Amino acid sequence: MSFEQILGLITGTAFGFLLQKGRVLRFEKQVGAMLLKDMTIFKFMLSAILVGMVGIQLLAGTGIIVLSHKAMNMGAVLVGGGLFGCGWAVMGFCPGTSIGALGEGRWHAVFAIAGMVVGAALYAELYPLFKSTVLAWKDFGKIGLVEVLHISPWLIVPVFGAGILWMFVWFERKNL
Amino acid sequence: MRLKTEDGGWSPYLAGALVGVLAIVSVYATTQWMGKTNYLGASTTFVRAAGLLERTVFPDRVAGNEYFTKEKVRVDWQFMLVVGIFFGALIASTADKSFKWESVPPTWEERFGPSIGKRGSGAFLGGVLAMVGARMADGCPSGHGLSGMMQLSVSSFIALAMFFGTGVLVAGLVYRRRAS
Repeated sequence: MSFEQILGLITGTAFGFLLQKGRVLRFEKQVGAMLLKDMTIFKFMLSAILVGMVGIQLLAGTGIIVLSHKAMNMGAVLVGGGLFGCGWAVMGFCPGTSIGALGEGRWHAVFAIAGMVVGAALYAELYPLFKSTVLAWKDFGKIGLVEVLHISPWLIVPVFGAGILWMFVWFERKNL
Repeated sequence: MRLKTEDGGWSPYLAGALVGVLAIVSVYATTQWMGKTNYLGASTTFVRAAGLLERTVFPDRVAGNEYFTKEKVRVDWQFMLVVGIFFGALIASTADKSFKWESVPPTWEERFGPSIGKRGSGAFLGGVLAMVGARMADGCPSGHGLSGMMQLSVSSFIALAMFFGTGVLVAGLVYRRRAS
């Protein structure tokens, strides 16, 4: 194994460990969130975002790392995001959690994984078609909130962070 | 707020915050040691896995495919990250005895019965649809939901809202029995 692969494997093992400990790999938790009954996956994701964004904005601000925004392509994000949501609800896993779910014995995830591999191959086949249709609609490029709002990330981070904390209080109050 | 759940798991706030720390350490480590900032993500790996599998049967088709060429079919950092998720989950669940063989999850069984065939078909078709969507949107709940949000990317806010908004609508239609 190359160094790059070993680094990936170690990071992934830690990631999988934490996903499992947070109990977010399960079908019940993912579908529970979509049925608005159990917000465990949101508590987990938003906590990660809250902590991660501070460090990542700091590292990016000091030039140690570079940000890599995904393109704000209208068709891609709206149509692709919508298709993902439909599939996610039925599958009950997302790409990363399906692999983890298999690791904790929820073996029906193999059907989801097989479906996703086929979906990826299908996307590769249909890519030329999508490129001239959905993806050609409107592309705003790789933009961040900082460029759009023309303000410092250190004004956005506290506001967004406060919003996340407010949601936590709400989840706990509603016993979600 | 409890740090542990009844079944020996950790509070999602704690485990999530630690993933935040992992994300920071990981972008720093990949930048320092690989010369390129890599962010946590998962769905591109499915493209590479599909390419590797398809290549064993139709090598020319994969070599000539624009999308496979763009995403580079190889076992890279993210590929091993996804492999690692499996082992991490296996270690954690064996250690605290939450490992459990499950063929049909309870919510599914309540709605569609104990048939593995039905659950398998649903998971497979859902998987096909979700992956086409994730590749179109250029990310999944890891790439957009975690990494994109931490970077304050505009596309990630919209993608996550679409993922969840559609998920809520479809889950409502699929799992809720109509009161008749």
